[in-house]
Amino acid sequence: MNTTAVHVLDILLIISLLSLAAAALLTSDARRSVILFMAFGLVLAVAWGRLHAPDVALAEAAIGAGLSGALLLAALREQPRRALSGDAKPVRERERERTSIDVTLQLTVTLLCVAVAALLVWALAEAFDRGPQDTLAQAVSETLAASGVSNPVTAILLNFRAYDTLLELAVLLTAVLGILALGPARPGYQAAGPVFDSLVRWLVPVLILTAGYLLWVGAHAPGGAFQAGATLAAAAVVLRLAGHRTAGLPAGQTLHLVIAAGVGMFLLVGLSLLVLGRPFLGYPPAWAGGLILLIESAAMLAIAATLVLAFLGGRPQPAAGLSGEKRQC
Amino acid sequence: MLTAQWLYAMTGCLIVALGLRTALLHAVLLHRLIGVNVMGAGVFLMLIAVAYRGPGVAPDPVPHALVLTGIVVAVSATALVLALARRLTGEQDNG
Repeated sequence: MNTTAVHVLDILLIISLLSLAAAALLTSDARRSVILFMAFGLVLAVAWGRLHAPDVALAEAAIGAGLSGALLLAALREQPRRALSGDAKPVRERERERTSIDVTLQLTVTLLCVAVAALLVWALAEAFDRGPQDTLAQAVSETLAASGVSNPVTAILLNFRAYDTLLELAVLLTAVLGILALGPARPGYQAAGPVFDSLVRWLVPVLILTAGYLLWVGAHAPGGAFQAGATLAAAAVVLRLAGHRTAGLPAGQTLHLVIAAGVGMFLLVGLSLLVLGRPFLGYPPAWAGGLILLIESAAMLAIAATLVLAFLGGRPQPAAGLSGEKRQC
Repeated sequence: MLTAQWLYAMTGCLIVALGLRTALLHAVLLHRLIGVNVMGAGVFLMLIAVAYRGPGVAPDPVPHALVLTGIVVAVSATALVLALARRLTGEQDNG
């Protein structure tokens, strides 16, 4: 590819990103806003692919655009005329009042945002002036051979900065506990018709296989527990949309074990290493690859279960009592 | 400094400002939530642009790992906000 072609692609991507973001934020129709936001996420994933960040591009396409969008759409489906969507009249009126009264406030906040953008531009300009700071990147490439994997992003997430990832999984666990505590899941969907049903029979196994592949390939190429977990969650979302009430999640105690599996396996490995006289999560180089795969497998299941529960919006309901199972939209 | 890197980083700044404005000003929760998410995406774009080292050169993997973590945390926070909002409207309907 020559330089000019790359620049045209860049300009097109940047224009699309800015206009999709602005359109998603400025429309007053909630559904349109969500769909534009999803489109924005997909274009963002393309831009990251172009900036040589395939790991992040995969995660953005699956999680940022796909599952976030599914979450927001599911929330909208449940409450099409409530405060959440802005369709309800009182909210509209309140909004109109607010816009008419608070012109000064709007102007002030807009100026504040412009100032924030200017500050960020200034900070970035300073950073770019100093040239690339590659101390950490060099440290990563020098120690990569001892990390047990050859994909630097996986090495950072699961080895060099394993503490961060452990705490990230703890954040996920906290969020899912909050969701479980807040109430039952949304009502399910109608059973799929024959066409969708046969599609589901193909799609779900393919998604599960893809998840397994992404988990395995993450050791040496773009992929890993997050992308795999998101793909697995996508399979469950498809099941749920086809009328499977629990979206393939296990029930009761098993579900709790799966949710805690990521943090649990991380702690188990870390503490076992402590007992063996190593530092916490300081893998012996010979075992590092295996241990990382072990932790990633557990993390993938936990991430998938978390994302599916987020999509359900609460505790999965037992299969009995089908009376509430009516499609609402 | 590379032109592409600079362009994408500036786009990230603008997207942060756009998202922040909606998050602060919009009256409707769902729009605010999308605003926060767009703002996060802008920050991620800045980080990915900073990590870029030009064609044929391996990018800095550390910001990539940060952004991966950020994406997953952002979606779980979004899910928690939606669950809280759902409970809140439920309470208002009952009370």
